[in-house]
Amino acid sequence: MEKKREGTEKAGGYGAIARMTSRAEFSVLAGLILLIVCMSFASPFFLSVQNIFNVLSQISRYGIISVGMALIIITGGIDLSVGYAVGLCATSAAYLTTNVGLPWYLVLILILGLGAVIGLSNGLLVTRVGLPAFIVTLAVGKIITGCTMLLTSGRPIAFDSPLSILGSGYIGPVPMCVILMFAVIVIGTIFAQYTQPGRAVYAIGNNARAAALSGIKVKKMTCIVYIIQSMLCAFCGIVVAGNLYSADATLGTGYDIDTIAAVVIGGVSMTGGEGTIWGALIGAAIMGILKNAFVLLSVSSYWQSIVIGLVILFAVTIDRVRVNRRK
Amino acid sequence: MKEKCIYAIDHVSKRFPGVVALDDVSMEVREGEILAVVGENGAGKSTLMNILSGVYEATEGTLAFDGRILQGFNPIMAKELGIAMIHQELSLFNALSVAENIFMGRLPKTKTGMLDKAKLYQDTRLLLQEVGLEKLDPRTLVREINVSQQQQVEIAKALSLEAKLLILDEPTSSLTPREARILLQIMRDLRKKGITMLYISHKLDEILEISDRIAVFRDGKLIRILDTAGTQIEDMITLMVGRKLSGGFVRDRYMEDYEGKKAVLEVEHLQVGNKVKDVSFRLYEGELLGLAGLVGSGRSEVLQALFGADRRDGGTIRIHGREVKMDDTGEAIQNKMALIPEGRKSQSLFLKFTVKENISIVFLKKTLNRLGLNPGGKERQIAREFVSRLNIKTPGIDQKIVNLSGGNQQKAVIARWLVEKPDILFLDEPTQGIDVGAKDEIYGIINDLSKNGTSIIMVSSEMQENLSLCDRVITLYEGRVTGEIRRSELSEERMMAGMSMEKETE
Repeated sequence: MEKKREGTEKAGGYGAIARMTSRAEFSVLAGLILLIVCMSFASPFFLSVQNIFNVLSQISRYGIISVGMALIIITGGIDLSVGYAVGLCATSAAYLTTNVGLPWYLVLILILGLGAVIGLSNGLLVTRVGLPAFIVTLAVGKIITGCTMLLTSGRPIAFDSPLSILGSGYIGPVPMCVILMFAVIVIGTIFAQYTQPGRAVYAIGNNARAAALSGIKVKKMTCIVYIIQSMLCAFCGIVVAGNLYSADATLGTGYDIDTIAAVVIGGVSMTGGEGTIWGALIGAAIMGILKNAFVLLSVSSYWQSIVIGLVILFAVTIDRVRVNRRK
Repeated sequence: MKEKCIYAIDHVSKRFPGVVALDDVSMEVREGEILAVVGENGAGKSTLMNILSGVYEATEGTLAFDGRILQGFNPIMAKELGIAMIHQELSLFNALSVAENIFMGRLPKTKTGMLDKAKLYQDTRLLLQEVGLEKLDPRTLVREINVSQQQQVEIAKALSLEAKLLILDEPTSSLTPREARILLQIMRDLRKKGITMLYISHKLDEILEISDRIAVFRDGKLIRILDTAGTQIEDMITLMVGRKLSGGFVRDRYMEDYEGKKAVLEVEHLQVGNKVKDVSFRLYEGELLGLAGLVGSGRSEVLQALFGADRRDGGTIRIHGREVKMDDTGEAIQNKMALIPEGRKSQSLFLKFTVKENISIVFLKKTLNRLGLNPGGKERQIAREFVSRLNIKTPGIDQKIVNLSGGNQQKAVIARWLVEKPDILFLDEPTQGIDVGAKDEIYGIINDLSKNGTSIIMVSSEMQENLSLCDRVITLYEGRVTGEIRRSELSEERMMAGMSMEKETE
């Protein structure tokens, strides 16, 4: 891989392509294509329009959050509160709509605000108090889930609002939630690759001290990334509740592991400082297709868990091998 | 005094590829003495200590300890013979107790195989008494005691191994003057008990106070062994410095006439914790000012505080006569300041970034289009321009920086700061760990910057670098300014005097 890069300067126009194909994400993309090809032979139904959109809307749930998770892991942190944040935001949206009767736009603003508050508390505890992100987000997640249970008393709340379109609407044949996911991915990619704060995120994950000495406001920027992530959780909560027309406390269960897996499979290094947003999308797609495959091939879902675990181990092993080779 | 030789070093040399680190050294360490070892950086002191403690194998020559010729000498053998080295970087386990640290690997057990705590703490108490820590509870965790106490624990550990010879590598460099006094007292007590000590230090006043004899090293050779009685600091400095044959780099122009020069940076009563105490100085327009001092003298801390990277506890900073807050690095950059810190890997480089990304990190804000996006073209163009201007040897700007040599990495870090043309540049060990060729190139860059009017403050541990580059040198000792030397009076002797004593003596 390193060999390829050396020629990039002289190759002119070809350079951009060579640069892209030398990235870790491309081997993941190759894996995804291989998976799709195999599945299309294994099941005739796999490539049907209905199934493709079905898989995509499944992916969109954690695809949206994996953008924020990728950014956080790139700074060298982690967020284990995402699933709980989705649960609280979804049930709060349902509660404010059904039990309080607020208009949809107020609900939207309040829920995004709620997300921002969760992210701000994660961010401040990590940057100002200096606690490890792992523990902070785990504890905050526990607090949030308690709040959700208090709010719902453990019962589902109906969510019928103009906002439900975000989760259950269609534009032509395409589910709205899929379009929203792609929109978030595109914005996330532009932020990460083409803006100065985006580059700062990578710099922080690389070497926080050097970043600070280069004029980057490390604490502020890290905090902002946690806020972005929790606001994406809030948005995701509304989308999922809209999809189901209801919300309950268990709604976001497992999203933490699914998004971290997607991000890691997508080539984002757990040691921070490298990886891409679209890589996380590919990781999410691999996870989604694997889950779908077990349904289509009528294999016990217990096997699904085992295979996904193995894929995650494979992905982090690759990451570790690359880090070691560099040394 | 007894004259029995405990450690005989006979025609010992150590060669590394391309370097003779130690050149035909013969000396005898006498039983029960404190033998100080002095010399500049690179004089061969550390190499000798590593050979004497079995870490390195001598290329030539023989060692005899306590009358026995050492063959196949290694650190384990050294331990068995009773040779213990106390390193500058302590090697204790922070989360374990003092007692566990001292007896690590040989913890006493009861008959049932459980840890015999009563015996462990009793034995530890006895040892702690010997190193002046009788009040310390053996159960205290190492991370809860200060550096000086940790050093005493290290010594206690060495004593528990029945060490006959202690090798102390700059033990007082990270201690406050009061703590250093305590340590020196412990050394005196140990000498009374017949323990021999080899004591490496840059602090010449301490050496005069504590040692029996002084071995002076220069360029890998043992120059002379002095009896401490009757020796002056100046004698040591003269021997350490010697006559330098190589002339070193020469700048095109030096600032000699300070008449009518404007100060670009004025620092008054700068205070940073207990590292920098009441430091005041001025940097003049186009001047290259050296801040000279030993490790721990506060020289890097001065630069970091002036750049807003570390919080200062007091003092005013004026740039072009205007007072600035300088609370964060962003403000420093706005004021056209730049800092190239020491420790490339820890403070400068983004190792997973490409050469381009490492260069562009500071100026990236200036490449944004109307939408606030960086389309990449301008970034690439500027990176390419600086790669060729500073002669950075890389296959391309998209090469990962980690694949470059140290010198080229350093040039990329310098390039990062030159794009915005700084008015004031801070260089902290600019040529640390890079090869000779790249060093000359960096001197060339510094020369060009200075010619074009950039005012520079440089910190360097290399005497020669200070001598050949600086217009003026300010010496620091334990956080205080001890002297100011103009180029016309600049000499190694003058600098050493300021760096190793409380006040400059004329």
